[in-house]
Formats: sequence, C-alpha cells, structure tokens
Amino acid sequence: MAKGDRTKAGGGGTAPPEPEFVQLLTPDGERVAHPDYTVDFTDEEYRGLYRDLVIVRKLDAEATALQRQGELGIWASLLGQEAAQVGSGRALREQDMAFPTYREHGVLYCRGIDPIMPLGLFRGVNQGGWDPNAFKFNMYTIVIGAQTLHATGYAMGITKDGRVGGGDGEAVIAYFGDGASSQGDVNEAFVWASVFNAPIVFFCQNNQYAISEPIERQTRVPLYQRAAGFGFPGLRVDGNDVLASYAVTRAALDAARQGQGPSLIEAYTYRMGAHTTSDDPTRYRIASELDAWQAKDPIKRVRAFLDKQQLADEAFFAEVDAQAQREATHLRERVLSMPNPHPEQLFDNVYPHGSPLLDAERAEFADYLASFEGSAN
Amino acid sequence: MADTTYREAIREAIREAMRRDERVFLMGEDVGPYGGAFGVSLGLLEEFGPERIRDTPLSESAFVGAGIGAALGGMRPIVEVMTVNFSLLALDQIINNAATLLHMSGGQFAVPLVIRMTTGAGRQLAAQHSHSLEGWYAHIPGLRILAPATVADARGMLWPALRCPDPVLIFEYGGLYNASGELDGGAAVDIDTAAVRRPGSDVTIIGYGGTLSTSLTAADRLADDGIDAEVVDLRTLRPLDDATLLDSVRRTHRAVIVDEGWRSGSLSAEISARITEQAFYDLDAPVARVCSAEVPIPYARHMEQAALPQPAGVVAAVRAALGRSDG
Repeated sequence: MAKGDRTKAGGGGTAPPEPEFVQLLTPDGERVAHPDYTVDFTDEEYRGLYRDLVIVRKLDAEATALQRQGELGIWASLLGQEAAQVGSGRALREQDMAFPTYREHGVLYCRGIDPIMPLGLFRGVNQGGWDPNAFKFNMYTIVIGAQTLHATGYAMGITKDGRVGGGDGEAVIAYFGDGASSQGDVNEAFVWASVFNAPIVFFCQNNQYAISEPIERQTRVPLYQRAAGFGFPGLRVDGNDVLASYAVTRAALDAARQGQGPSLIEAYTYRMGAHTTSDDPTRYRIASELDAWQAKDPIKRVRAFLDKQQLADEAFFAEVDAQAQREATHLRERVLSMPNPHPEQLFDNVYPHGSPLLDAERAEFADYLASFEGSAN
Repeated sequence: MADTTYREAIREAIREAMRRDERVFLMGEDVGPYGGAFGVSLGLLEEFGPERIRDTPLSESAFVGAGIGAALGGMRPIVEVMTVNFSLLALDQIINNAATLLHMSGGQFAVPLVIRMTTGAGRQLAAQHSHSLEGWYAHIPGLRILAPATVADARGMLWPALRCPDPVLIFEYGGLYNASGELDGGAAVDIDTAAVRRPGSDVTIIGYGGTLSTSLTAADRLADDGIDAEVVDLRTLRPLDDATLLDSVRRTHRAVIVDEGWRSGSLSAEISARITEQAFYDLDAPVARVCSAEVPIPYARHMEQAALPQPAGVVAAVRAALGRSDG
C-alpha cells in the first residue's frame, strides 16, 4: 500500500532540474526510497504487476499487427506507457471512476474489461461494448482533452451525492496527454476542479509527443508545475516506473476521496511507437532518442527487480510469456471471428426513441437492402 | 500540362503565396517537420523556415484567434485546422470574432485571414473526424466559404482568398488529396462563381467538393441510359452564385442537389429554397436532394459507405425527377 504526504508533493517553487520525479524503481531494477512515497507489495503482487505489464504490451502488439493486416481500421498503441497505465490503473479502488483517452488499453485491462472491447471498437464492429458503470471505466474519448471536463463534472457529482470522505469515498481519474494540456477544455477543467474542490486526479501521461510535436511546443515549464497556478498540488512521477506510478496515484486518489480536492500527476514517459497506425514517427524524431528510452523500458526494470530480489525465476518469466502469447492468440482468433454489424444498424443510437426523418431513412434503406434478397439465388 | 495531385496543388499554392507576399505565413498543428496531418505542407518548413511555417500548441481557439490578431496587424495568415470537426473548438473565434469584426468596428477592421481545413468522410475516421460542416459555416454572414473540388481550384483559390478582405474558410475534401488532374500553369481562379463541369439538357445535378465526382460519375451512368445531365460545381458556398444555378435549372427544368452534409437545416435546403423561390415555374419536377443519412458518420466501412451520397443514389434521384421508374 502506498502512503504519501501530498503537501510536499511538487507544486510551486523553482523548477527542479529534469528529470526530477518520484521514482521507486530505477531503470536497472534497483528499489530506491522516496521520502513521501513507497509501496509495500507482497511478492505475489510484485509478480502480478509484471504479469500485467507483459500481457498489456503483448495484446497491444497483437492489435498493431491486426491493424497492419487490415483487420482493424486504426490502432493507437500504448507501447512504452505500460507502467504509467498499469501503475495508475491498479491504484484505482473499485469505486473509483476512470475517464480514458483512446490509448488507455492498459488501464482498461486493469479494470477487468475484456481486452477484445477496444478491438471491436477499432474494427468497427461496435462502439466499444463495455458498460462504463459496471467497470467504472468510461468510453474512450477521441477528441483531445474533452474527457477532462466530463470527469470534472462527474467528480462534482460525487461531492454532491455525499460520496466523498473516508476510505470508502469515491474519486475520479482523468487521463490525458501532453498535447491535451494546451487545450482550453483541459485548462477549464483545472479551474472547475479547483474552485469546486472536486475529488479528481488529473493523470497526464507526458509521452513527449503530440503526433509530431515535441513537448517543447506545448510548455516551457514542467507540466506538473501548472497545477500550482490553478491552486492544487502537482507532481511528476517516473511514468516508466510502475511502482512509483502506483504509489503517487493511490495517494492522490485517496486524498481526493477524503475531500482534499484535485491534483495533477505528470507521468513522465515516452511513446515508443507511433501516435497511431496512421503515423510514421521516423518523420520527426531520431532513432537515438528511442534507443535512450528503450534503456528505461518499463518492463525490463521490473524483471530485473524480480530477478535481483529473487522474487521470480526463469520458469516464472517463461510462464508469463506463454500466458501473454496464449491471450494474444485468443484475442486474434476472436477478432477475426467478429461478425460485421448489420448495415441497418447505422441508424441505431442517434435518438433513443427514433426520430421522424431518421425512421423514414431507415425504412427506405431496409427496402433497398430487401431489394437484393433473392438476387443471390 | 502536368499531372498533379490535389494535395500538391494546395502545397504549390501555399508556396507561391509565401514567395509572392512576405506577409503570408502558415500555422497549425503538425504543419512543420511532419508536413501537416494530411501531408499538404511537406517540405515547406525546409524552404521557408520555422517563422513562416509554424507548429503551434494544440489549441484550436488560440491558433485561429492568433490568426485574427495577425491579420489585424497586417499579416496574411493561413491557419490550418486539422479537420472541420476540430474547428468546433475555435467556433467563437471564427463566428463571433472573425466574421463580425468588420461590423463591430464600424468598418475599420477587415480580417484577411484564410483558414484551411479538411472536411468529409469516406476514410473510416469515425464520427468525430468525418463530418461535413461547411454548409453550417455558409450560414454565417461575414465569412466567405470555398470548396475546391478540382486540382485547378485547389491550386488557384488560395491566392484570391488571401487577397480577399474577408475571413475565408477553404474546405479541402479529404478524399481528394490523392486525386490527380492536369494543371495548366496554376493561374488564380475566381472565387465568386459556380462552374458548369458538364453541360447537359435534361437535369441539373448540383454538387461541390467531394460530391462533384459523385455527380459526374452519376452523369456518366445516366448518359448510358440516354439521359443528358448537366453538372454544376458550386465552388463557393457563400456567397452562392445564384445566377449560374438558376440559369442551368431554367434550361433543364429539373434539379438534384448532392451534398455530403445532412439535409436538415442544410446548404442543400438553402439551394433548394432559392431554386423554388426564383425558378419555381421553370421546374418540371420537385427539387430533389441526395445527402448523408441523418446519423453521425459511422466508422465501419460498409455502414459509412451506406451513409454517404453515392452515384447510385444520384442516378435514382435523377430518374425519379424524370419520371422514369427504376428497374
């Protein structure tokens, strides 16, 4: 479990030299202490985090491959951001609500949602398919930053319903990226969360790029420092460190649920792949940069840690790889067998109870489709 | 005569404008080293440098608003908005500010700003990247709305747009970027008139942007059936060129409007109204419309195609207007 003294967490003052952040596990797998944050996992829990990371990466790679083979329309890979997502995702308590972007496949996995769901979405078979209320994980948001406002409104509702306070209180986490930090919506969400003391954690995965634009095009100060101007704490965490990501998120959520208001976490990480499968990052960044970040890989360091601490052996690592492969293969088989939706469904879900012109168009389209029946005979 | 793509034609137009007028610059998301989300500005950073090809923070309202400021200060900015859907984040700057400043300043400040954006569906980008909202902008007094449908217009509309004192919105149809055509020199074109792209005598098919090719394809199929369709390309959505439209309809006595926007409260409704207001007694059939289904544009390819105007739908509408039964 994590504990944190959030009053010391980041915030104002002078900018620390980069990349100063909360870190509990170095790239070499050394467990390091931090004055304010720690984790106290059982051996099994440490192994569980490793398993999550490996599976999440494997499923993501499978989705990318499926897109390349023409089986998905598009895919936004989380490659490189597994620790930020698994750490924060596992830090959520059951009652907490998450508002993701289109890249939060790792958080989705941690919420217990069948990983086929986003693939159904990007295959065009359904609109996501999961129940946000059952899993406490909202639908993916495509328009950059819009979900931070939804999350803020939802969090204000938690306060209004009297569900803030104590360990059972509820909190909200809003995911977004470095590019979104320049959006008016995100800044307005900060204002609102602050003045209404909403129980929300703004979790920014700074993966260094907004499509092609480097972080320098969005900000001159470390992003977490912006929180001070809005009147709530902000801190930067090593987003490639699953332990630190877990610790700071758990502390921030617990503070929010107890009525201490919003906070901003900047998870400092790196998008190792493309923005989406429509993008080619070699057009705007050099290979050596990727090499430098690969040395800070979020999975490698957990494996080194487990190894050094003798918490796992080769048999365990092999078994995790085998499980990941099995799940990926299973995912592929299920994606390929997903039926195309009936074309008439294009008229569904515009209005819950239909609408005159829409209904007329649906009827006309049904007649049109029916005109082909029998022509195959 | 050289074959060029719609994308290259726009790039060439930007390049020419930047060379001719040092007040011209381009700004938007990913327009620099990346060359724009749709590759339009590829190579321009290398030629003109980062002061004139400016990557901006991810702030639509800011880059449109800053463009207004630059235009007020005497510059001739070209603002690139990735898609029309994202222009909604800058609506206040476009509609409440750019479109009204001449009026609100008693005629002191024109806003010679050009905003380019991609519009249209058909590329499997889902509802929030695929809408055709240009007709909606055409509702707004103070704006001039252009919709190049040909390589020549893609090449030739930018310079007059930059010379125009109005805020000009240029809607580039996403499905056309790879389309190629012959370009004869690349002279500036007028941005006031509609164009008859195919003369005919039996019916007037009215399209623009992405629906021009839909209309022309339909016209070819109709020709096989002995129906001689005229195809009019609107080119400028505001102000509409009533004269060209009405002249055509008065000759053919029938009109079918093809618009990728929705029909309710739409540009196609406006055109239909103008025809019935001004040429009602010349009509031999009600004005017909072929528009997108009244749904958010679906993501699944087969449903997306079913939701969009297709040549078959235009052919059917024309046949109905001519009183010919299908089959």
